[in-house]
Amino acid sequence: MTERVIAAIDQGTTSTRCLLFNRSGRMVAVAQREHRQYYPRPGWVEHDAEEIWRNVTRVVPAALQQAGLHPENIAALGIANQRETTLVWDRRTGTPLARAITWQDTRTDGIVVQLAGDGQAPLFAEISGLAPATYFAGPRLRWLLDSLPGAREGAEAGDVLFGTMESWLIWRLTGGPDGGRHVTDVTNASRTMLMDIRSLEWSPDLVEVLGVPHRMLPEIRPNAEVYGTATTVLPGVPVAGALGDQHAALVGQTCFAPGEAKCTYGTGAFLLMNTGPRIAESTHGLIPTVGYLLGDAPVYALEGSIAMTGSLVQWFRDALGMISTAAQIETLAGTVPDNGGCYIVPAFSGLYAPRWHPEARGVMVGLTSYINRGHLARAVLEATGWQTREVVDAMNADSGLPVTRLKVDGGMTANHLLMQFVADVLGVPVERLLGSEAVSLGAAYAAGLAVGYWADLEVLRGNWHRAAAWEPAMDAELRRAEHENWGRAVNRSYGWARPAEVGRRAPTRGPGTRP
Amino acid sequence: MLRLLGSAGRPLALGELAAALDLPRPTAHGIVRTLREVGFVDQDVASSCYRIGSRLHRLGTAGWDRHDLRARAMNWADSLAGSTGCAVYLGVPAGAAVSLVHHVFRPDGSPQRLRTNSEHPLHATALGKCLLAFAPTATPAPRELDLERYTGRTCVTVAGLEAHLASARKRGCATDVGEFEPGIGGAAVPLRSAGGLAVGALGVAGPIEQLFGSGGEPRPRFLAELFGAAREISAALGATW
Ligand SMILES: Nc1ncnc2c1ncn2[C@@H]1O[C@H](COP(=O)(O)OP(=O)(O)OP(=O)(O)O)[C@@H](O)[C@H]1O
Ligand SMILES: [Mg+2]
Repeated sequence: MTERVIAAIDQGTTSTRCLLFNRSGRMVAVAQREHRQYYPRPGWVEHDAEEIWRNVTRVVPAALQQAGLHPENIAALGIANQRETTLVWDRRTGTPLARAITWQDTRTDGIVVQLAGDGQAPLFAEISGLAPATYFAGPRLRWLLDSLPGAREGAEAGDVLFGTMESWLIWRLTGGPDGGRHVTDVTNASRTMLMDIRSLEWSPDLVEVLGVPHRMLPEIRPNAEVYGTATTVLPGVPVAGALGDQHAALVGQTCFAPGEAKCTYGTGAFLLMNTGPRIAESTHGLIPTVGYLLGDAPVYALEGSIAMTGSLVQWFRDALGMISTAAQIETLAGTVPDNGGCYIVPAFSGLYAPRWHPEARGVMVGLTSYINRGHLARAVLEATGWQTREVVDAMNADSGLPVTRLKVDGGMTANHLLMQFVADVLGVPVERLLGSEAVSLGAAYAAGLAVGYWADLEVLRGNWHRAAAWEPAMDAELRRAEHENWGRAVNRSYGWARPAEVGRRAPTRGPGTRP
Repeated sequence: MLRLLGSAGRPLALGELAAALDLPRPTAHGIVRTLREVGFVDQDVASSCYRIGSRLHRLGTAGWDRHDLRARAMNWADSLAGSTGCAVYLGVPAGAAVSLVHHVFRPDGSPQRLRTNSEHPLHATALGKCLLAFAPTATPAPRELDLERYTGRTCVTVAGLEAHLASARKRGCATDVGEFEPGIGGAAVPLRSAGGLAVGALGVAGPIEQLFGSGGEPRPRFLAELFGAAREISAALGATW
């Protein structure tokens, strides 16, 4: 008899993949497709939601075929997604009104400035836990309502729906115009600036301030529950789990106890620490967020978001043509023993945690005739290491629970030189999860819990295995000196974009900061 | 034919190839078609002309970047460690040694050290013997090796090593029964890319009694997992069967 498995869709920033997992959490198939990135103007980044849906309809059957399985072998489907990417679509035709605006897009800077100018920031911070920033979905929805002809009227009439990517996919999977379920989950909703982080419901106050018609909002649901049954792609299979990708990784890494933390290295890097039932306050630029809701009560998390890690490698590959694959950056970096004095600060869309400088822009400093491509490759990788260090320092300061080891996952963990550098600059061991696809695994776990495929969280803990560990080996004095150099480089990235371009001066408070 | 295409400076038509090499057209076509199938020759869609193929520069194992190999192998290497409970290694030839490109810990929670980038002897490890057997052009001949003894079971004669390589070729898999580290054994199979070239070796390692049956043969269950993972990785490297 063929074993039943759980399917997970990871709808990421650069690609959509489908993975199948068995009961021990082991991957038995994987299929992946990249989608196009649209950069219509500086600071704008868009995705075609139809293309993403088409990719879903291809990767899922491809994964089944690889494993020699059929929809009846799938016990449930879970979804994890790039967060804060915002879409509006027509309920009757099922077509998007415009391309989805992604989380890296900074076009809402004007709206954010306006909110701050109107004195609304404390209200958002108090209710949603987030101070307004271009990073979150709510202002994007407002921008779409203001910019797309007929969008607001359509929304008021109940014909135009809003959703982040998981909402879009669940709606399409469960019937689309033909009775599709319009839901979101608590973790994605916690990134909109519209949800009350305590009650886990849409906040009427915040919805009103942003001028969003209530009818267009999806229903907020827990992370593990049968939202509906797929009518297409996996007909008959319960769609039973949904989480934002970073929250999914927290679950996939089984960070179920307060103080447990993970960092996922993909397009950006996101460090989340479980804070249990407590909504942690940050004075160091971290964001309180819903970790997950798998049982009766939500588990909260503190998040340090780094905008550019893997995407800097991609820029190095695609825009500069220095390498032909992301993995080759390790080869290139290996041609030199150190960075040669060169530092790259990837503030391409400003700096996120813990500094939150939207007006900062990327800089490359320390250039001399000595610097070659190998040094640049190192500087690219080291930027990820130092940004991690800053977030870990903030986490230690805010949580009072020092990070003593870091669990990592994501595509960049294939880079051993980078992982060694992360261990070196943090001064703590870095451990890679066996099966680095923690995002997909977490989505599978949620779906499997919902349908009883796995009994409880303890069973899942037993599935966590260490695939690799990097021990810190850098000389302490060198670490101190390099840290200082990094800090000096970051200072040079500040204040570059003019207020007209960015909409506001250097903020003194981050989105997670309480007034 | 490759030399002709490489020096022509422009794509050549089949007729030109046949004429320049003084071959009958069907013969020239047969050769160029085979070369195209393995990626050594590319054919321009619009003009049907032939030029030197993009894969030719990857000829030999040096053509695959070691970190690209790791990236393509990583998911399946993890899955293999999960299904066998063994440590997993990926190795490529490096002079007279096998260099570890990737290492996945044995998933049992025990303390282990990452061995990536270390080099191991070709004649005393499953990975190394796998490369000797399946990538002979990228590795030294057995008689050129320094057959150093590491344990009582290390094979230190050229004849013995050649016998092992012959049987490895027959089984599709090389083994190590405590020949490098006492008590630790391994099995390794080739990873292939386009044209069937062996570009690396994928191996599992663990206590001998766990990996091998009483008859000294690798347990079929482990072999099936190992071959399965190698097939998936090879497919990701462009191998076709
Ligand atoms: N070996 C490597 N070294 C450095 N960077 C790498 C390596 N492999 C992949 N990357 C980078 O990691 C990213 C891909 O990782 P991953 O697949 O986890 O991201 P993703 O899921 O696409 O991200 P997201 O979910 O944000 O879309 C790319 O940005 C790529 O440049
Ligand atoms: Mg991802």
